[in-house]
Amino acid sequence: MADNKSDSKKVSRRKFLVRGGLGTIGVVAIGTYIFRNSIRREILGTVNSLDLPYTDNTDKPMVWFEVTTENNILLHSPKVEMGQGTFTGIAQMAADELSVSMNQIQVVHAASSTGNIDSFATGGSTSISGLWKPLRELSALLREMLLKEAARKMNIGIEELTIEDGVIFGNEKSMTYAQVAEGVENWKVPDTPVLKSLNEYKYIGKPIARVDLDAKVFGDPIFGMDAQLPDMLYGAVVRSTKIGAKFISADTSAAENMIGVVKVIVEEDFVGVVANSLIEAENAKDAINVTWESYENLNTEAILKIMTVGNGKSTIIQKHGDALEEQDGVEILEFRTPIGAHAQIEPNGVVASVEGDSAIIRISTQVIGLTRKEVASRLGLDVENVNVIPTYLGGGFGRRLHTPHAVQAAVMSKAVGKPVKYFFSRKEEFQHDMFRPPTHHIIKGRLNGEGYLDGLEHQFVSGDVGNHSALMPDFLPPIIGADIGAIRGGFIQYTGIPNFRSVYWHVDLPFATSWWRSLGLLANTFAMESFMDEMALKANKNAVDFRLAQIGDDAIGVRLKNVISAAAEKSGYSEEIIDGRAMGFAASIDANTPCAQVAEVSIVDNEIIVHKVTVSLDPGLAVNPDQIRAQCEGCVIMGMSAVLYEQMYVENGELQPTIYGPYKMALMKNAPKEIDVVLLQGKDTPGAVGEPPLGPIGAAIANAVRRLTGERLTEFPLKLTKTK
Amino acid sequence: MEISLIVNGVLKTVHIEDENTPLLWVIRDILDLKGTKFGCGKSACGACTLHVDDEAVRSCSYPVKFADGKRITTIEGLGDRENPHPVQQAWVEEIVPQCGYCQPGFMMATAALLKKVPKPTDEDIDKNIINVCRCGTYYRMRKAIHKAAEIQTEKDSNESNMV
Repeated sequence: MADNKSDSKKVSRRKFLVRGGLGTIGVVAIGTYIFRNSIRREILGTVNSLDLPYTDNTDKPMVWFEVTTENNILLHSPKVEMGQGTFTGIAQMAADELSVSMNQIQVVHAASSTGNIDSFATGGSTSISGLWKPLRELSALLREMLLKEAARKMNIGIEELTIEDGVIFGNEKSMTYAQVAEGVENWKVPDTPVLKSLNEYKYIGKPIARVDLDAKVFGDPIFGMDAQLPDMLYGAVVRSTKIGAKFISADTSAAENMIGVVKVIVEEDFVGVVANSLIEAENAKDAINVTWESYENLNTEAILKIMTVGNGKSTIIQKHGDALEEQDGVEILEFRTPIGAHAQIEPNGVVASVEGDSAIIRISTQVIGLTRKEVASRLGLDVENVNVIPTYLGGGFGRRLHTPHAVQAAVMSKAVGKPVKYFFSRKEEFQHDMFRPPTHHIIKGRLNGEGYLDGLEHQFVSGDVGNHSALMPDFLPPIIGADIGAIRGGFIQYTGIPNFRSVYWHVDLPFATSWWRSLGLLANTFAMESFMDEMALKANKNAVDFRLAQIGDDAIGVRLKNVISAAAEKSGYSEEIIDGRAMGFAASIDANTPCAQVAEVSIVDNEIIVHKVTVSLDPGLAVNPDQIRAQCEGCVIMGMSAVLYEQMYVENGELQPTIYGPYKMALMKNAPKEIDVVLLQGKDTPGAVGEPPLGPIGAAIANAVRRLTGERLTEFPLKLTKTK
Repeated sequence: MEISLIVNGVLKTVHIEDENTPLLWVIRDILDLKGTKFGCGKSACGACTLHVDDEAVRSCSYPVKFADGKRITTIEGLGDRENPHPVQQAWVEEIVPQCGYCQPGFMMATAALLKKVPKPTDEDIDKNIINVCRCGTYYRMRKAIHKAAEIQTEKDSNESNMV
């Protein structure tokens, strides 16, 4: 709450300028405020009071809105659109406070040149919640400025004016926003924007269709892969197939003489080739003979050995009451999750154009600011002269929270003096992903005489998620101790238990692991909610009642209990096996959003079939209920894909497999035919949506399988060991 | 070599150095139709699905020489905003896309399926729609496929009534 107050003060001090242009009038705000929130939301649990230094340049103007002569509003989104629906939610917010209709708002990606890019990232399920207050305030401010100016131009008292769909009416006269804004040099800026009340909103809270729906249904060229610049050439970069192989030298003689090759570029850390066409670039790349520094001949077994609780450094992230002593009656279960790939369908790609002392980068990225800094620093350019223009993302999922290929494309462009486009092959995408780290969990619990837990302990080990990522300042991990990504979902939510603790172990892996949608949540919830179900069975209690009885009565505890009850009720949760189907229950809290799920499962030919999933989510105020449902459906299916089918392995020092199919994923035939979503509103502001519903799915499925077959599955991909 | 393609109803002649160039890159880079997507290059994900003589084809692995003289339909030619194909109309009504990248491939695969099987069952859909979607829009897609079949049937009966 303290945050909100200081934000308001900053907004009230904000200066507004007007930028004249051909056909458009830009409203320009100076200042910054939203970014600190988004960083903070990444910091969870024990470390959530930490304040990060934020060193963005606050002197530069930020163009948020443009009022076009057609009386439409161009909204420059500081967040990128990767399918999560942010463009639609922010269009609703802006339309309501600006008093324009939805079809008068056009959302485009802010570019670094417009100034209002989110210099941290799009991620962490923070876009709508982070922009909720500031974007509505900015919109209200613009509305009030336009009203004041209209009152002056129309010579009518401001209290006599009304607005409808971007037209201001008063005393039988009317002016459009565009007419009002035209030629204004000195705007009168209200001290504090007055927000409308919730019941005045026409769009917020409604299941409005996505603003990018038509573009995506009619095949418009909106993605990074579709970007092009005049006289563009094609690049390719040589990558080793082996883990940890470092570039030493390259024999480029054969490639240099190949048809279509413009230049082979040998840098300290990479070898690239630029050619007239994509195929020529790829062929030349294959003809380059690179010497790599020796590497370890790793295999999966070696990785699993490293990835075991007790290795590395431990941090207690949660502690209440006494530690659980090893003694009679302590139940212990172990769980493992494998390396996961992002497998987003649009490969990473970029078009870079470096000319003189400036650069243009067209890219699908979740990190506009970081990409800009990296390009500027490598090429010795002024950051202000690097314009990163984001495109729509063909899937993000955390894969694009570091996009250093922009640097390589920029280096190649500079070397040939023309724009260069380059993107990853699917094999490169699989082998050079920044994977979801493998995890190992040991969970211990002891039931008391009444059949409830009197002690619970979660010990887990994970590779890096936040730590060592390009987004994380180097000084941060030692301060926090734990990896803020790996611990997500790792906290014990049953705070009614008298004694509990959660201990995170960190080990280094020989390959990069990083952000994967929902971070540690998927693995941590799978382990803990599977364990809870086993304890409920042991205590001979209903899985829902067993959970409800052990949750605390603080605000988040109450919200968790509510989603659990709602999921049980909506699904008709029952522990009977009916027509060969069993139900499995699980719940989680992620980024302050509780979620419960019930999976209805059967076994056919020894395969686990998920027929129906009921999702109960409390995202707070729902800006767009349809998009929240879409995120729930997507999380269920992406989650079940990870839980039932997906796994990378390591063989002879290579990450495998390198193509869809062998990297098995959920297809149409595997997706549940029913997904029932219940939305609760346990707080009056919007909360996180894009990741929290990934939490319960693993345990919900595994718990159903346990009830159906008696077998407790403890590893992804879930597979029955015995024929049922 | 010279290759003639009837792309979305328009005859195009392109000069190709390598006749084995995948059709996808001719469509995207030479004819500048970007709606057909590259996903894997190995026929494994279906993002590049388009129609060659009304058959769904994964164009990333389809040498352009085999398309010579044939009719190619891409998402841009399936329908447009004023006159959407029933599949596109259903996709809009069900608000199917999330990131949207795989969607043209799915819509092209669905349109080809409906030509052969005007009223597909869930089983028909499971067997024939085997592209990959990472956002997990399968649930809405299945609803949209059934809806597209309805729209198509209604459209067909209206047209036959007019005759």
